[in-house]
Amino acid sequence: MTMWMDDEAGPLVRPYALTRGRTRSASGETLDLIAMVSAVGDPPGGLGPEQLAILRAARSPISVADVAVELDLPVGVVRVLLSDLHDHGLISVTAPNAAGPRPSERLLKEVINGLRAL
Amino acid sequence: MDSELSDDPVALKILIAGGFGVGKTTLVGSISEIKPLRTEEVLSDIGIGVDDLDGVEKKTTTTVAMDFGRITIREGLVVYLFGTPGQERFWFMWDELSHGALGAVVIADTRRLTDCFPSVDYFEQRGTPFVVAVNCFDGASRHSVEDVRIALDLDDDVPVLLCDVRRRASAKEVMVSLVEHSLRTLTAAG
Ligand SMILES: Nc1nc2c(ncn2[C@@H]2O[C@H](COP(=O)(O)OP(=O)(O)O)[C@@H](O)[C@H]2O)c(=O)[nH]1
Ligand SMILES: [Mg+2]
Repeated sequence: MTMWMDDEAGPLVRPYALTRGRTRSASGETLDLIAMVSAVGDPPGGLGPEQLAILRAARSPISVADVAVELDLPVGVVRVLLSDLHDHGLISVTAPNAAGPRPSERLLKEVINGLRAL
Repeated sequence: MDSELSDDPVALKILIAGGFGVGKTTLVGSISEIKPLRTEEVLSDIGIGVDDLDGVEKKTTTTVAMDFGRITIREGLVVYLFGTPGQERFWFMWDELSHGALGAVVIADTRRLTDCFPSVDYFEQRGTPFVVAVNCFDGASRHSVEDVRIALDLDDDVPVLLCDVRRRASAKEVMVSLVEHSLRTLTAAG
């Protein structure tokens, strides 16, 4: 299996132990990397440390990718944990294109000006 | 199209592509804070080496690091950068990443221009707006933008620019050029 180790791929791991082997949540939803999540209400008892860490990270809206970075867990694992929390009503999710299928001209001009001003 | 309410948070996604060692990580780091984002390659989805596994419940994955950067334009308007691993076997990640992406920067090195062919093909086929940024490594023979355009057989409207990804000003110019190109593409599409 050593052929799977190279510059851009690390050693083999089984991060899905955290999700009890599931690579999908019960609802089968796949969260976009830049969907924003935020914690809703107070966490009930019985959550694992990762779930609690996610809810802490999501006290204010945060992207799915940023949650993975903060918890230092692979994206796929974080997605399953987030979807579980979503299914239990503990986080809210805003899709990146909630405002419409495409960014407006005004918005892109704002991005261009913002980039120039960096 | 002006449908956003001013307080709806908006997240935009830009991909940084190109061959290994061409300057993707450097570009993301020049223009934003850079964080390593781990994603996983599920071996049983790949089709090679699967024979060793005796069932999906034993799904084994290997972690792949991706460059991840964030540029806050203002509160509620954030641009996310994703640097994709250069090799073609990571394309399973590109499909997801390019979904809904504003556009892509393909970094090219004229000393090994063929390395960026797959990225150019990919974004052309997906219809993702992209620019080609020629990273001018020290001492590399400088080809003109026109030479690169011809060698890559690019459509006339695809911007090609010379850059030094280590310099913030140059990295900024590349990003601005991409968003301007995306804007033109969106406007043309109506
Ligand atoms: N001399 C020079 N070195 C560069 C330039 N851009 C990147 N590098 C170096 O080339 C190497 C590969 O760059 P990197 O950003 O890691 O490439 P990646 O594999 O596409 O992410 C690093 O050691 C960089 O410091 C450049 O414009 N000039
Ligand atoms: Mg890199």
